[in-house]
Amino acid sequence: MEHSGEQHHPIRVYLVVWGLLFLLSAMSYFVDYFEVRPKELAWFLITAFALLKAGLIVSYFMHVRFERLSLVYAILLPTLLILALTAFVMAEGSYVFDVRAIFFGR
Amino acid sequence: MAQSLEERVRAMPRWLRDLVADWSSDQQTFKVNWGKAMMWFFIVSDMFVFGAFLSAYAAARLGATLPWPDPAKVFALHIGESEIPLLLIAIMTVVLISSSGTMAIAVKYGYERNRAKAALFLALTALLGLTFVGMQAFEWTKLIREGFRPWTNPLGAPQFGSSFFMITGFHGLHVTAGVIYLITIASQVLRGAYEKIGYQRVEIAGLYWHFVDLVWVFIFAFFYLF
Repeated sequence: MEHSGEQHHPIRVYLVVWGLLFLLSAMSYFVDYFEVRPKELAWFLITAFALLKAGLIVSYFMHVRFERLSLVYAILLPTLLILALTAFVMAEGSYVFDVRAIFFGR
Repeated sequence: MAQSLEERVRAMPRWLRDLVADWSSDQQTFKVNWGKAMMWFFIVSDMFVFGAFLSAYAAARLGATLPWPDPAKVFALHIGESEIPLLLIAIMTVVLISSSGTMAIAVKYGYERNRAKAALFLALTALLGLTFVGMQAFEWTKLIREGFRPWTNPLGAPQFGSSFFMITGFHGLHVTAGVIYLITIASQVLRGAYEKIGYQRVEIAGLYWHFVDLVWVFIFAFFYLF
């Protein structure tokens, strides 16, 4: 596996991951369908299910779990920086809301 | 007098010298084939693009003073008497996850040099991708008929339209490009073009396809379910 750079895994691995992805998608859909409340709990569950799905896809379908660490770090560390951008613009979004509320009164 | 490269490297502080030694001197830092490293390079850059879109959506939604249209109602489908929330989106999600599964199996059959089955599963993946794009076209048509535009909509915050059309449009573009990509790879597999050079290119195409599915995971969660 390491020598040729080929990824050989039994088909069972893919089928199990596939099944889990369906299950997690269905669960996040039902969180919305049955209107789980409080809203914060629903958001938490949906985010958690999404992160689990993303982890499964990246680890097994994209084989990152079986790659060398140098590649894994090169992929994951820059991607995590997106969270910093998200945090900053979310703060900005809340600020924009306040400014609009003050100056336009709605 | 210009220093030779070797002299300049030797003059570096130790921590920098080691780093340069690892990344230069004709070494392969990542020890994977070139095509795969470049596909990952593209994917990471594309993650930034979608990360920026989803962040912009978060900012637009938080800054909107009019109520945000409830996606469960916007994307509901009428089946007979009842109205099922997000039905089309749920089906689209199932279709895209299925296509990721068939893609993974295609990669496996490729490495096993089972050309017929690899091409079959690649074609199946492309077909599911096409189904997805078709349903998205249906969804866009429905919303546009109901008066949704990038700058306005009948249900509330006008930012909804710009976020929706930008994010799903860009994702749909990726799926469409992926379908073309997969059909190309499938025909090459069928021709036996990879018998000598190996089947890594099927895996690389798979990386792209799984990435498209990965992006949908976040769009599904944060745009449709939040």
